[in-house]
Amino acid sequence: MSGAGQSAVRRALSALRHDPLAVTGSVVLVLLIVVGVAGSWLAPSGVNEVDVDRMLQPPSWSHPFGTDELGRDVLSRVLIAARVSLQVGAVSVGIALAVGVPLGLLSGYYRGWLDNILMRCMDVLFAFPVLLLAVAIVAVLGPGLLTAMIAIGVVYTPIFARVTRAGVLSVREQVFVRAAVSVGASDLRIMRRHVLPNIAAPLIVQTSLSLAFAILSEAALSFLGLGVQPPDPAWGRMLYDGRGFVTEAWWLGVFPGAAIFLTVLAFNLVGDALRDVLDPRQLTVSEARRSTG
Amino acid sequence: MNAPDVVAELDDLRVWFPTPAGVVRAVDGVSLRVRRGETLGLVGESGSGKSTTGLALLRLVDPTSGRVHVAGQDVTRWSRRRLRGLRRRVAMVFQDPQASLDPRHPVGASIAEPLVVHRLTDGGAARRKRVGELLDMVGLRREVAERHPHELSGGQRQRVGIARALAGEPDLVVLDEPIASLDLSVQAQIMNLLRGLQRDLGLTYLFIAHDLAAVEHMSDRVAVMYLGRIVESGTPAQIWREPAHPYTAALLSAVPVADPRVERQRRRIILSGDIPSPIDPPSGCRFRTRCPQAREDCADVDPVLAEVDPGHDAACLYAGEAVRAMRTETAG
Repeated sequence: MSGAGQSAVRRALSALRHDPLAVTGSVVLVLLIVVGVAGSWLAPSGVNEVDVDRMLQPPSWSHPFGTDELGRDVLSRVLIAARVSLQVGAVSVGIALAVGVPLGLLSGYYRGWLDNILMRCMDVLFAFPVLLLAVAIVAVLGPGLLTAMIAIGVVYTPIFARVTRAGVLSVREQVFVRAAVSVGASDLRIMRRHVLPNIAAPLIVQTSLSLAFAILSEAALSFLGLGVQPPDPAWGRMLYDGRGFVTEAWWLGVFPGAAIFLTVLAFNLVGDALRDVLDPRQLTVSEARRSTG
Repeated sequence: MNAPDVVAELDDLRVWFPTPAGVVRAVDGVSLRVRRGETLGLVGESGSGKSTTGLALLRLVDPTSGRVHVAGQDVTRWSRRRLRGLRRRVAMVFQDPQASLDPRHPVGASIAEPLVVHRLTDGGAARRKRVGELLDMVGLRREVAERHPHELSGGQRQRVGIARALAGEPDLVVLDEPIASLDLSVQAQIMNLLRGLQRDLGLTYLFIAHDLAAVEHMSDRVAVMYLGRIVESGTPAQIWREPAHPYTAALLSAVPVADPRVERQRRRIILSGDIPSPIDPPSGCRFRTRCPQAREDCADVDPVLAEVDPGHDAACLYAGEAVRAMRTETAG
């Protein structure tokens, strides 16, 4: 099986292999996923195992990341919190994709009043500072992991709607879309079979970058006490809890902070590399348009 | 109203596009009929409205006024949804085969699209079989179905475009400059293919081209467009032997002749200037600004298509006369 679709993916993968940054990012992501899935097995001790004899211990062989103010093993908590971060990223970006992409498709394809209404709604969402909007949503729905994910999903929906709409606007003018209309294809079929596959590249890039920002937003929400509730571990929450001990127990903040940093960096590296690799395809689309005369 | 042998008909069609610079009158009062089994050649420069006319026939652009009839039905005001059923009856081959095929799909999927959309085949096996037959018809190997457009040559891609157009067994195929973007050597092959398919399948063509030479051997009737209007129509023989409109005569004089003796004596009528803007067409006769024979009243009277011979119409106040005058002048 060869094909523009598949060969583009293959080309992208082989180009990524030669990009050391992308390889690094991918390796970190794979490790992260392994940790997210198997974190509770990898963790040397239970996530809420309180040990009052070993409070605020600096990193040592028995506790490589030290212990917190309740004597809990920071390494175990960091590992187990990876699942929360990945879950938040996947679910919130999933929500944003599931809502934003169809809205962008409808907007860009039908234009007119529908486009105006949808995009003005998106503008309103877009105009709010991300955290403020998320805080407002959490305030309404009550704090917790699920509401944090919904809030972040809502916040990122306009981005996907806009990216999708921009892609649709250029693809819908292509001759092959007119050709599909000319053989009698329905609007739904045209959007699904012809428009969506041709705007996949920018969406993939946006997805990987948004995953990073979603994880960051969750950390911020948890830091503000609006996300994951104690005693469940979350990187942002751990940062918050550790802030009171910055001078005497630096490891409380440094390790969860480093985890956030590495995760966001990895998603960004992969996202940037994907953008570089996938963008030439966008060029071919505009070339195709230029040659239609 | 429609004779049974008329496959499609345009009646005083106007297609105007609003633009920031003003209203572009791309098509401004065109009437034509395509009869079953014939090829109607539609010729004109860029900007003459010939492609828009073709698109309007498929209702791919919305008419501003006038009527579009297909298969005896007035489809002028049909909704997009209702039109979908009609799409099987009228197919289109586009100028640029590269752009008209979705780069993401193997060409077999593009050819099969009408079959899927109109549920013409039962199941994947029947569909693949039909796609294979269509590839045979256009002279491509069946394995080509698995290829993507970028893996094919321009000529092969246009064959795919033709196969897709034929998949629904249409009553009318609109060919929008089907060879204009192909290499010279491939143009003849595609022309032969189109002619062969018409003979074997009894197809009806609306053949859009920008020069008369392209449609001469292919067409039963020819209509010449200028600035959104048909200025002359007739059989190729009538138009070649006795062009009645100065514009047609000028177009014809630009066609080189293969015989060097004739070619040496060929009198070229050079038109001055470019085609005027369709936003603000000249008053009276639209061609008068470039017509070597323009008279005073050409600015006041907008000439309508009138019969000069049976089956031969021209829209010129001095039809015939002007052309004879032009020929005498350039001969001197």
